[in-house]
Amino acid sequence: MSSRRRFSFSDTVFWIIIAFLFLPLAVLLLYSFNSSKGGSFTGFSLIWYERLFLESTDLWRAFGKSALVALGSASAATLLGTLAAIGTSRYRFPGRGYVQAMSFVPMILPEIVMGVSLLVFFADTGFKLGLLTILIAHTTFNIPFVYLLVSARLEEFDPSVIEAARDLGATEIQTLLRVVVPMIAPGILSGWLTAVTLSLEDFVITFFVAGPGSTTLPLYIYSAIRFGVSPVINALSVVMVAGTVLLVYPSRKFLKAFAARA
Amino acid sequence: MRQRNYGPWYAAPQGLWLTLFFAAPLAIIIAYSFLKKGLYGGVVAEFSLAAWHALGGTTLLAIAFRTLLVSLAATAITILIALPAGYSIAKSRNQPLRLFLVIVPFWTNFLIRVYAWIAILGTEGFLNDALRYLGILATPAQFLYNQGTVVMVLVYMYLPYAILPLFSTIDKFDFTLLEAARDLGASRLTAIVKVLLPNIKGGLVTAVLFTFIPIFGAYAVPLLVGGKDSYMLGNIIADQVTKTRNWPLASSISMAVTLITGLGAIAFAYTSNKAPPPPVADSSEDMGLSGPAADLVREALP
Repeated sequence: MSSRRRFSFSDTVFWIIIAFLFLPLAVLLLYSFNSSKGGSFTGFSLIWYERLFLESTDLWRAFGKSALVALGSASAATLLGTLAAIGTSRYRFPGRGYVQAMSFVPMILPEIVMGVSLLVFFADTGFKLGLLTILIAHTTFNIPFVYLLVSARLEEFDPSVIEAARDLGATEIQTLLRVVVPMIAPGILSGWLTAVTLSLEDFVITFFVAGPGSTTLPLYIYSAIRFGVSPVINALSVVMVAGTVLLVYPSRKFLKAFAARA
Repeated sequence: MRQRNYGPWYAAPQGLWLTLFFAAPLAIIIAYSFLKKGLYGGVVAEFSLAAWHALGGTTLLAIAFRTLLVSLAATAITILIALPAGYSIAKSRNQPLRLFLVIVPFWTNFLIRVYAWIAILGTEGFLNDALRYLGILATPAQFLYNQGTVVMVLVYMYLPYAILPLFSTIDKFDFTLLEAARDLGASRLTAIVKVLLPNIKGGLVTAVLFTFIPIFGAYAVPLLVGGKDSYMLGNIIADQVTKTRNWPLASSISMAVTLITGLGAIAFAYTSNKAPPPPVADSSEDMGLSGPAADLVREALP
């Protein structure tokens, strides 16, 4: 019956959406090779890439800070989130519901509210705004995502494996390190990668908890945009998209293969 | 032999962290919304309802109403176009490629995606260039800084958040049910509304929540592509914190935003769970939020 219908409404919508999603990227790509600074395309040039790689020390310093915050907060969130996911999935205890609720609510709280509340909190408790406060904030919003992904992975596996380990005399630590963690490793890894991405991406919360000298890449981009259109940002976008595709696509494939094997 | 309960030991570090850096800050701004504003920022430890009364002011009410309208419009448009897109991916023979196409633009930094629209719609932007080239426009037109642009850019930003959970539930749907409905005389539209939609409720709820909530609290998009008259509640909160330094008012608006999104989310999830059960198939697996939400996160990010 489907061969009768040539025109598919849903496919048409899909391809229109893809065009809509890619249009801005295509325009950035085009303008990144523009020889002039103004709007119109005047000729092909690599000048903005040259500026990006050779004359943008502030930008790369911001990138370094973003990378530091991303790796640090993702690792902290992965440690806390994984342990909590294991605890709440394997055991019943008072406070379990509280931990579960606390792990869900931050995800549905508007970012701006979390940003403002953290700013007020840091101001009240005498934290000096800077990289440390950004690191704390990012760890906080990353935890729920790690918890969710690891919990989903824990739900998939057979708890009798753990009972078997216990029956064979494994201690809690041995069971954790030799049975549970290897089995949920794909979940932990994708939780960590998700957290890195979210941290690199965050602007709103960072905007509130950043202090002088803690300009991350999104904050840098924000001030560049506010100062007006800068073609260096076009070149940066192209490099970032290409970099993400090159880095993430293979790691996704690896992750899927890894998950399938485990 | 009774096994020891290690649950609390595992969960305590995260529980304490979120209590200290999530619950406590929220408790502080709840308290602040009931205090008097300090002369130079901060608060005075004196009970006051001024910040809550200020919410009823005409300017704030107008902005709240606009925020709600913009969020509802953007969410509705997003869901309406995400549904056929999710369906198309689920029916496609090359799902990984189609998912990849939806996700790649998503990997671009949030601000850069907003910036790209400025590069397209600005007076010196791509669209003006193209229109002038085609002879349609003689002088540059301003496409930025209006309400319609804010809605469109918001749709652009959150579209993948809606497509992915919808795809993941539609993908689990048994399409023979649609054929059965058609064989029994239902029109294509009736079959979709009465058979498909009730069976993908979990994905719909996730899609609506993950688009409406961030849009309702939007800050950067209206700031960068909106005009003075497209200010949303998020912008007012930020101004109260950073410019006017009225912390109680920033707190009360934040609480209002949280209450509206929170109650909205609960009511929405509740009514869609209370709705008459789907006529066919066991959809219990799709009812929970965590399934589609986990799928969303898993698909959207590496």
